[in-house]
Amino acid sequence: MSAPRAEAFTVPEELAIDAAVARRLAVDFIRGQLRQAGFERLVLGLSGGVDSALVAFLAAEAVGPERLLCVLMPYRTSAASSRRDAESVARRLRCASRLVDISPMVDGYFGTDGGSPGALGPDGPAASAGRRGNFMARARMAVLYDLSVMWNGLVIGTGNKTEALIGYTTLYGDNASAFNPIGDLYKTQVRQLARAVGVPDAILRKAPSADLWPGQTDEAEVGFDYATIDRLLFWLVDRRRSPDELVAMGFDAGMVERVEAMVAGSEFKRQVPPVAKISSRTTGVDYLYPRRRPGARRAT
Amino acid sequence: MQRLRIALAQLAPRLGDLEVNLETHRRQLADARAEHADLVVFPELGLTGYLLQDLNADVAMRLDDPRLAGLVAETKGLSAVISFVEESADHRLFIAAALVEDGAIVHVHRKVFLPTYGLFDERRFFAAGAAVRATESRLGPRVGLAICEDFWHLAVPDLLALDGAQLLINVSSSPGRDVAAANEVGLGTATSWRTMMRAYAQLTTSFVIFVNRVGLDESISFWGGSEVIAPSGAAVFQAPLFDEGLYLVEIDLADLRRERIALPLLRDERPEVMLRQLEQIVRERAGATAEPEHEAGSPA
Repeated sequence: MSAPRAEAFTVPEELAIDAAVARRLAVDFIRGQLRQAGFERLVLGLSGGVDSALVAFLAAEAVGPERLLCVLMPYRTSAASSRRDAESVARRLRCASRLVDISPMVDGYFGTDGGSPGALGPDGPAASAGRRGNFMARARMAVLYDLSVMWNGLVIGTGNKTEALIGYTTLYGDNASAFNPIGDLYKTQVRQLARAVGVPDAILRKAPSADLWPGQTDEAEVGFDYATIDRLLFWLVDRRRSPDELVAMGFDAGMVERVEAMVAGSEFKRQVPPVAKISSRTTGVDYLYPRRRPGARRAT
Repeated sequence: MQRLRIALAQLAPRLGDLEVNLETHRRQLADARAEHADLVVFPELGLTGYLLQDLNADVAMRLDDPRLAGLVAETKGLSAVISFVEESADHRLFIAAALVEDGAIVHVHRKVFLPTYGLFDERRFFAAGAAVRATESRLGPRVGLAICEDFWHLAVPDLLALDGAQLLINVSSSPGRDVAAANEVGLGTATSWRTMMRAYAQLTTSFVIFVNRVGLDESISFWGGSEVIAPSGAAVFQAPLFDEGLYLVEIDLADLRRERIALPLLRDERPEVMLRQLEQIVRERAGATAEPEHEAGSPA
């Protein structure tokens, strides 16, 4: 007799979702977006983490695996286990996959210590981990958008609600996409849905990481565990609780203050850049149309 | 015994594409006729799609618009409720639902309550209707029309029933949201609507016919779940969530007679008491003093 297996993750009660309904909404959303845009195929950056694995499963369900291209884009310091996990998803789904090593792109810009200087010049190798991480995210975005032309598909987004709300994303990097089916699900809800659609257990169990440098984990970098921050965000954003009410509910006052500041400080990352109002009718201000409408010629 | 066959057209309109939606309506009318339906009910803005924004003027039709007349002409021997953007002679744009019978428009209801909060922005783009009246119908019983948010205001089903309606028809474009596992049917929106419609059917001792669209406009998925509720408050029929289809339901008007005789709530209504009290309340609310915070129960 074996010991009962530990749950892969814990789900706070208020974040429990009806996975069947969420799955239906997400899959229909993907189909609807493609139909409205006049496309049939999808391109996805597959990291080996649970977010992109979930979107790969949903995309394959929506359009069929033969219309999905998964792109693996490791940097030379990325964990080998990430690549293995990503490959296992592509294999399981039987979708097309392609490996693009972004090391030459990134090193070609920053240069390498003791090696040839990059496009940036001699101070390139001294760039901070944050700058390098952002550049990697944008290099991956550039690859996805380039391959989307070749594949004749749209880039599908993989960011979740937790990271969008606290701003743990790179603008025009990992948050760039044609549309995003999981951007309204907190990380703990992403895991519930991922389990429901059959994402491999190894991916559900591992510590979430942006994998921008060795040993990095989201929870160490941000300083909170996902179950707690998801609960806090849920009560703050979805249920409109004030900071005082949150502290009264038992959340740590310092954490409440810090998370609120992260949410407020990243508002700009969740919005289209403002255009100066000069003419009588201005895009995004008083010229308001659906993104896709009749009469549009398909543009990529 | 008088039976009515009702066809619930739970369809997914194409946003802004009047021609395609007209064709869908024509096809569904033909299918319903082949199924010997007496009444076909289409959802709110079934001819235009919901999230129109500045497309509202492009798809608006006067009641004498030849495109509308062409569709109305196809209701020989049938009753139908269709919904579109109506442009008035003075160029206001309304969200309208029309009862059309035997090739003629019998009655037009203009949406009275335009939600402009949360994910809704209707008041920016549309004018609000100002009439809530039931209408005679070839079906026999009087019919009351309402559009989506109209039913989130108690006065609307109440007024329609007091005006003699026995069939309360609500056509909707209700966006699905809140997939919390705690919800009765996996979707918070569906749970709220079902609660309301049962209460209205019971309190007005009328049949409630609810047709909600499916499909996707931009970010928003519409959940369907069209229903027919008997005057007892019991569901006669429930269409599936999210699935497009033409659903046929048969009701027996003798059920309504039995219910109204056994439970004579409408007979005992006191509209003159309500009117007197309302006049007083409205007068006081418009009084010289600032907005009253709370005056319920204060001495007259």
